Amino acid sequence: MNQYFHSIRIDPEKCDGRMRCMRVCPTQAIRIRNGKAVIIEEKCIDCGECITACPNGAIIPLTDPFGELTKFRHTVAIPSPALYAQFGREILPDKILAGLKKLGFDDAFDQAFTCGEVSFAIQEYLREHKGPKPLISNACPTVVRLIQVKYPDLIDQIIPINTPREIASRDIKKKKSKQYGLKEKEIGAFYITPCPVKMISIKQPAEKGKSHLDGAISISDIYGPLLSAMESVEKASYKKALESICILGIGWAMVGGICRTLRLKNSLAVSGLNEIIKVFDDIERGKLRNIDFIEAYSCPQGCVGGSLTVENLYISYNKILKLIETLEYEKIKACPDIQEVRKLYKQKYFFLEGKLEPRPIKPLDEDLGKAIKKRKEKEEIYETLPKIDCGACGSPTCLTFAEDVVKGKSELTDCIFELPQRFKELSQELCELLNRIGPMNPAKPGSKKARKEE
Amino acid sequence: MSTENGLSKRFEITGGDFGKAGSISTKIKEILQEIGINSTIIRRTAIATYEAEMNVVMYAKKADLTLHLTPAEISIRVYDEGPGIENIEMAMQEGFSTATDEMREMGFGAGLGLPNIKKNADRFEISSTPGKGTALDITIYLNQEGKK
Repeated sequence: MNQYFHSIRIDPEKCDGRMRCMRVCPTQAIRIRNGKAVIIEEKCIDCGECITACPNGAIIPLTDPFGELTKFRHTVAIPSPALYAQFGREILPDKILAGLKKLGFDDAFDQAFTCGEVSFAIQEYLREHKGPKPLISNACPTVVRLIQVKYPDLIDQIIPINTPREIASRDIKKKKSKQYGLKEKEIGAFYITPCPVKMISIKQPAEKGKSHLDGAISISDIYGPLLSAMESVEKASYKKALESICILGIGWAMVGGICRTLRLKNSLAVSGLNEIIKVFDDIERGKLRNIDFIEAYSCPQGCVGGSLTVENLYISYNKILKLIETLEYEKIKACPDIQEVRKLYKQKYFFLEGKLEPRPIKPLDEDLGKAIKKRKEKEEIYETLPKIDCGACGSPTCLTFAEDVVKGKSELTDCIFELPQRFKELSQELCELLNRIGPMNPAKPGSKKARKEE
Repeated sequence: MSTENGLSKRFEITGGDFGKAGSISTKIKEILQEIGINSTIIRRTAIATYEAEMNVVMYAKKADLTLHLTPAEISIRVYDEGPGIENIEMAMQEGFSTATDEMREMGFGAGLGLPNIKKNADRFEISSTPGKGTALDITIYLNQEGKK
């Protein structure tokens, strides 16, 4: 049954069925059964909204513990650019990378540079593309999964360029294995992640194929140790540290970063799943054909708003924004060579290694006629419900409850409004039954009173 | 057409309500997804419904939109109360529009609505009484995937 691997687990010990997660889930993938939250695997897109919503901390993101490092002979940390936004303004990427090495990684790689290369590759793809528009960035794995599940027809509009984290990891392993005479599998590449979904994209990529990364460590887990490790890192001059930052890549940490640094004209930057759903609905209606490119992140403000980050997302968003502005002002462009990128692009270096396929939710029934009938039943059941979406039945809305009943996953009597109605009907039946029997005779043969008299 | 083995659902559209425009096409799309209709057909239906919805919002007073679904076909009927169309032949031409400048500024009224419905439908019928209203009958077949 577990066809899909997910990045979250519910701890039944901690869960007390308060329904917060069920209410925030954008794909209605959570139900409360026997007082505990359960996830419907095929509907979950790993957005992590439930993690943030749970007041008990019962929803646990499955990232890797630090100890995983010992399994490899050589380890490399590849931080998401969102990590650079977690600390004060004076702490720049060079210091963070040095801190990671002090924590026990053999090396730490600045992924922002690869992000810059991929930005250029996206630009090339946009230029060449002749098919339907707008094209959609695949940087956020939740967005890719949302399209697979709810917008299967937009799959061909996802840019088939691999993500920087995968390309960087593939490249590093190749180089390191040559340099140290190691096998590629002896090198462990760990992504320092702002969200749990990156873990899934490693264990079970959305496209067919295998990830080049070996695990993901959450920013929130590494934050404390990293902060102390950085204390002993010698500070480079601000100007010098600034010069090593790839302006194109740093923007990947926040929504709109790619559009801004590439200076794309007809592009949109969207964040937050509910907003993305509105935009995707518009694409499906054919409304946004004049837009070339859409950058969409499920977390508010982009990766800086990930559920595993530490700093307030508006502060970290601002830090990245100011950094981009400073780099623009200082005219610092530590960027990849576009000619080199074009050459690699032609060699298909940047393209996804596997094909993306839709992952539509199972229909109400495999048989079309039966499915239509069940959909009709769902409608009829829904009409009898109170439509207040109280959630007491364990389904997030009355409409999903009607669907759960049709699917045989819930009973109509699970609705607390349905139950009193049943009681009323039942008591009426009882009354009628009693009336039919006639009034009770106090001295009926066999009764206590009658026995005494005998 | 028998309604016994089919699903019917009625929606109301209010003219001038730009805020809700598009919500019916989204609801219909969700119904079709639950039933497991092929995604290309869903997209064609969503586009045709959206265009029909927009026409009502832009020009008419109000309308009834009925979805009727059987294992053989999807049918969308839109009956509106509105100004009607004087010259249907002209309205069916790409680029012809009576939209106001405001509508055009909002990105509507490119004169592609009706032709776009026709393009996405397998069968399309339109009739109109000027001063009274317009009736659209849109059909998309389910048993011949990829016909269009």
